[in-house]
Amino acid sequence: MTVAAPVPAPDHTADTPPVISMRDVSKYFDDFQALKSVSFDVQKGERVVVCGPSGSGKSTLIRCINRLEAHEAGEIMVEGTTLDDTRASLDQIRGAVGMVFQQFNLFPHLTVLQNLTLGPRRVLGLSEEEARKRAMTYLERVQIPDQAEKFPRQLSGGQQQRVAIARSLCMEPRIMLFDEPTSALDPEMIAEVLEVMTELADSGMTMIVVTHEMGFARRVADRMVFMDKGEIVETGTPEAFFTAPKSQRCATFLQQILNH
Amino acid sequence: MKRFLLLLPVLFLLSGCSGNWGWYVVDPSTSNGAANLRFLISGAYNTVLMSVTAILISITLGLLIALPGLSDKRGWRALNRTYVEIVRAVPILVLILWVYYGLPQLSGITLNVFWAGVLALALSDSAFQAEIFRAGIQSIHKGQYEAAQSISLSYRDTMRYVILPQAIRRILPALGNQLVYMLKMSSLVSVIGMQELTRKANELVVSEYRPLEIYTVLVLEYLALILIVSAGVRWLERRMNAAES
Repeated sequence: MTVAAPVPAPDHTADTPPVISMRDVSKYFDDFQALKSVSFDVQKGERVVVCGPSGSGKSTLIRCINRLEAHEAGEIMVEGTTLDDTRASLDQIRGAVGMVFQQFNLFPHLTVLQNLTLGPRRVLGLSEEEARKRAMTYLERVQIPDQAEKFPRQLSGGQQQRVAIARSLCMEPRIMLFDEPTSALDPEMIAEVLEVMTELADSGMTMIVVTHEMGFARRVADRMVFMDKGEIVETGTPEAFFTAPKSQRCATFLQQILNH
Repeated sequence: MKRFLLLLPVLFLLSGCSGNWGWYVVDPSTSNGAANLRFLISGAYNTVLMSVTAILISITLGLLIALPGLSDKRGWRALNRTYVEIVRAVPILVLILWVYYGLPQLSGITLNVFWAGVLALALSDSAFQAEIFRAGIQSIHKGQYEAAQSISLSYRDTMRYVILPQAIRRILPALGNQLVYMLKMSSLVSVIGMQELTRKANELVVSEYRPLEIYTVLVLEYLALILIVSAGVRWLERRMNAAES
């Protein structure tokens, strides 16, 4: 695996406030504690890859950031706005944060174009023409402008996931969350999705990616986060993380995932 | 074997042909028979108008009642349950009588026969519609809501553009069933004097004394209406599926 030319990493020591800041966040599903007092900051333009065994809380972590899950304790701030149940806070934060799901979650009854224009038209108030133009721009960016009039189920998994990325980008978010975006894909389709994500990372988008694609992580991540049992066990640069993991749990996990 | 069983009622009907039938009463080649036939068929307009009006109201009402049933809040769900349980427990005939004779005394508003019938049918059906909508909406994967939330769609827009179009496709066969059910139940509105198919038949029986032939025509009238509805629903389903492929 060749390591791509490193994109200059954002300066973590700068005293600009982080765009995402989680302080002692806890989340319970009934009696099960999915997040145990997690604290976590992300700087503007930073690319963070989160990994860990299943059930470690990594999906829950990013789903709390745009409130698909509500946290029970602690504080989450996105671009200085505290996340709570008020409409204003939700609109502010969901407007800034886009999300891509493992199962794509495209709207199956709408064409690709309609999937992309729904948000811009209903939420941002764009005209049909403006929304269409914007949608086509992003479809070109994910390299499937010729599929605009098709329905999702007529596309391959890789194409569907790229449509989902484009749908999210149409809202022009400043932060993108990826929840295992390639886990539901056939192996031959993973590359095309990772390519789009790499391109997005190169454009300077702030990204948090939950994934097991360690090649992608090495190439793109500024920082690795390893989670286990609802806690952040270890964080570090990809070099340090992959060559010399500090904790035994992380070392074991990496061994399993890299040698499978 | 199955086919043979289907033939049984036909054989039963034909067995009466030996001389007990008096089809002259609705024979279109005689002037009296043709007039009788026209009289019977003239009820179809009211049957259809009443059923269609009632189903439109009950679908709207059913959706409005289904939505609180899907809430996270206990109070809203209780509201939904209470409505469904109470309305579902009242026999339609009783509801028709209550709306027509009882409601005016309670409210001071007198409804004519048509609107009393429509209201009773719609109310009665709305509880079933609410359950159909609730099941339909619940069958939509939660990823659809999450995708809608992630692009900041409001609850209203999520329902209108994402959830309901998918849910309605799934419940279309059930909605078709309810329309069939409504057409049949509308015959009960004849008891308060609504001039629809069944009432017309009853009136003709009183003057012609040929219940067998007249009620057989009535059966065929409902059968024809319902076959048309079934064909219409199937056409709609095919059209909606065709739009996606």
